[in-house]
Amino acid sequence: MLRFLVRRVLQAIPTLLILSILVFAWLRSLPGGPAAALLGDKATPAKIASLNHVLGLDQPIILQYFKFLGRAVTGDFGNSLVSAQPVMSEIGTFLPATIELSVSALIIAVALGVPFGYLAARFRGGIPDNVIIILTLIGVAVPVFFLGYMMQDLLAAPLGLPSQGRQAPGIDATSITNFAILDGIMTSEWDAVWDAIKHLILPAFALATIPLAVITRITRASVLEVFNEDFLRTANSKGLTQPVIRRRHVLRNALLPVVTTIGLQTGALLGGAVLTERVFNFRGLGFLLAEGIERRDYPRLQALLLFGALVYVLVNMLVDISYGIIDPRVRVR
Amino acid sequence: MNTLLAKKKEPIDKLAKSSASGRSLGAEALRRMLRSPVAITGGVITLLFLLLAIFAPLLAPKDPQTRYLQSQVELGRGIIPGAQPGFPLGVDDFGRDFLSRLIVGAQQTLIVGVLATLIGVLLGVLIGGLAGAFGGWVDTVLMRLVDVLLSFPSLLLAISIAALFAKPSQWTVILAVSIIGVPIFARLLRGSMLAQREADHVLAATSLGVKRTTIVFRHMLPNSLGPVIVQATLTLATAILEAAALSFLGLGDPDPTRAEWGLMLGNASRQFLDIRPELAYYPAIAIIVVALGFTLLGESLREALDPKNRR
Amino acid sequence: MALLEVRDLSVVFGRRGETAFTAVDGVSFDVEPGQTVGLVGESGCGKSVTSLAIMRLLAKRGNKVSGSVSFEGTDLLKISDREMRDRRGRDLGMVFQDPLSSLNPVISIGLQITEVLERHRGLSRKKARLEAVDLLDKVGIPDPNRRLTEYPHQLSGGMRQRALIAIALACRPRLLIADEPTTALDVTIQAQILALLRELVQDTGTALIMITHDLGVVAGLCDEVNVLYGGKIVERNERHALFAEPRHPYTHGLLASIPRLDEGRGEKLVPIRGSVADNIPWDGGCAFAPRCPNALQVCLERSPELVPDRSGLLRCHNPVKPAVATAGGTR
Repeated sequence: MLRFLVRRVLQAIPTLLILSILVFAWLRSLPGGPAAALLGDKATPAKIASLNHVLGLDQPIILQYFKFLGRAVTGDFGNSLVSAQPVMSEIGTFLPATIELSVSALIIAVALGVPFGYLAARFRGGIPDNVIIILTLIGVAVPVFFLGYMMQDLLAAPLGLPSQGRQAPGIDATSITNFAILDGIMTSEWDAVWDAIKHLILPAFALATIPLAVITRITRASVLEVFNEDFLRTANSKGLTQPVIRRRHVLRNALLPVVTTIGLQTGALLGGAVLTERVFNFRGLGFLLAEGIERRDYPRLQALLLFGALVYVLVNMLVDISYGIIDPRVRVR
Repeated sequence: MNTLLAKKKEPIDKLAKSSASGRSLGAEALRRMLRSPVAITGGVITLLFLLLAIFAPLLAPKDPQTRYLQSQVELGRGIIPGAQPGFPLGVDDFGRDFLSRLIVGAQQTLIVGVLATLIGVLLGVLIGGLAGAFGGWVDTVLMRLVDVLLSFPSLLLAISIAALFAKPSQWTVILAVSIIGVPIFARLLRGSMLAQREADHVLAATSLGVKRTTIVFRHMLPNSLGPVIVQATLTLATAILEAAALSFLGLGDPDPTRAEWGLMLGNASRQFLDIRPELAYYPAIAIIVVALGFTLLGESLREALDPKNRR
Repeated sequence: MALLEVRDLSVVFGRRGETAFTAVDGVSFDVEPGQTVGLVGESGCGKSVTSLAIMRLLAKRGNKVSGSVSFEGTDLLKISDREMRDRRGRDLGMVFQDPLSSLNPVISIGLQITEVLERHRGLSRKKARLEAVDLLDKVGIPDPNRRLTEYPHQLSGGMRQRALIAIALACRPRLLIADEPTTALDVTIQAQILALLRELVQDTGTALIMITHDLGVVAGLCDEVNVLYGGKIVERNERHALFAEPRHPYTHGLLASIPRLDEGRGEKLVPIRGSVADNIPWDGGCAFAPRCPNALQVCLERSPELVPDRSGLLRCHNPVKPAVATAGGTR
């Protein structure tokens, strides 16, 4: 098990290195060079030259890369042009909101997707199956941000749910970790916890649609596969009760591909979070990114790009490892 | 006795022959698709969309660029005139006929989707083809790169490309969206090439002394076409959706004369959703239906081409 | 009263709109307590479907089962799903062909044994574990305590089949159905598994239905043998009588195609012509006729009935004459 872990972690290193080269090259490939892009309309040849010197852009490119890598490893991505603060501290401030949102969406997607997928497989070809399949197909065809607006428009008022921001104006919550729910629990400010949950519901459901659709379909397909397995016949020949068979024999096996899917869906979640946060004015990394795009804040964008890819790589590493824990066959190999 | 026996075996022989008949993969797949309601729905939607896009200039009742009701638009005071005689879907923020713009938009949407997909296919096929045809270190290096590209969340990848250009345009959008498909097609083609390198017909051609390039172009690429077409159909749907997302984030084409569904949806969602939400709903519904059509078609194509499903 | 009385059991496959296929066609046989009965035939003859129908393990949709399967006087085809679940594993156990795919790959061998003990004998997890160690020991798995925590892929093929047998016998069922339990195993392991089955069945007085295509298996194990062809029983007899004087040309062919050590090298092996695919439907003729060396005109015109024939039953218009049989298959 330990060897498996170490090998999996080592496997991620070359990926991360190439990633850093790409992100480094990305900033260098700005039309007119990074200095011109940073200065924008105010660019004059003299200003560009002096900024190039300040940023070390007049040094050999290899040296620049290693300096960039060295700083990146210590979490130094320079200062944001918009806020003039270190980008890393910006990310630190806004990350908890995005984690809160993405994790809630993932929980919703798994909690609904697995039962729906099982149901569809169980009644294969029947009405529930067809309805669920059609819904999943529509689910991936709806633009996430549009869905968010629809929910604001149609659901917020009838359900009495807030559709903007993370906190109601009247709530005076203490901020410790910037995780609204966690902070509320730590300080026993229960009204703040409830308020934070209410603010999460709509954006989390909007963000959950695509992963939900995908997880439903994967679950259905893999449950159908397990239904045909010999060991299920054995389980039935033992006279086990339906719930035991469902939990221990069907789902335990059918969920293996679902775990992999969850890892792959992190990408969709991060992308979707950018859009959802904007729609719901939910101030997280997506908000930071959208603002960065509008203001062409390249240091911030660079850091966010690298960070996004990094999270994705790490999550998939975790998924691989947890796969090894669930499936005894992987561990041995 | 023999005739009696022959008669009894006839249906069985027929069945055996039909499964072993040399009918081509394409014909077999098509036959199966024509029986599937999912495939037909997807096909009909796609066909209607293509017709609408091709004949859009003829179908639009009004000129999509004329600012008919501009005098009645007061964005500052939150006024955009709604539907009225002559303007069944109302007008946009420039007072232009929305129905006409929606119809013309089909053409622009198709162009963005097809070009973005095509560029993705070309680049992906080039990378994957090189990797699959040569193997060795070429394969290792290229596929590492592809894996890293795959490890970027797709929207972030598109944003990173689109944000590179100080001035967005239709081309930056197309390029940004196309990049999403590159790693997918590259992996797809490489996998298919690798599988074929060991296949009998390729080995046979090699042993006959056929040139490598000839083998790649005449034997391997055509056989990889099926999966590429399936993936391209599915990518068309995501391309249209990603283009809309970029527009929504302000990375879309700023040209005000451009009528493209993603752009129309993105702009309407950003700017006047509380004034005239239907200006977002119409292009949104159009996008959903078309994306659904491409997805249905692609999924059923995939299922039809899957050798597991062949009987 | 016999332990199991199968009467006129038929299984027809085919959904609406599809051509129906009769996999099992009016099969009847008895199993006495402690008796071992063989169901023999080529793949596709309906022997496995028969066993799955008895256990009610066929898919709910896409087939129709008729007839009756009376177990200690209760018709298993008439009781509710719930009652059937109570009986499976407790009164009837089953061992399958491929031990690897028949075991759940992601849960430990131990849990796969204890879950059936907990279910039917109401044992606590702890007691069930002790019992499982005992069972593994009994089926000849060394170091059972360690094996309990292992997963199917860590065991050898023979071990897996032993584990499956332990599962099937965990609650001491009165009837065990073994569906080609040795087919997927190496020859040396096959013999061990057969010996184990025979020993366990004799020790516990469990009745056994042995399903196989291998007459060698039947010879060493079964008291009575049913030969199936095209979903019907074509011949039944007590083991010695069947091997001494096979009456149906199909049985005769099966015996003649086995190589024998006690015959000269010059003796030719006689394979049966064709394959099951050459079958014709039973209605209006004998399904075996196209492959039968003894076929007459009548065989293609009228389906033969199963009639008493000496000590057993036979379904044939033109059976093998005893003299011919002697040349082919007497011990």
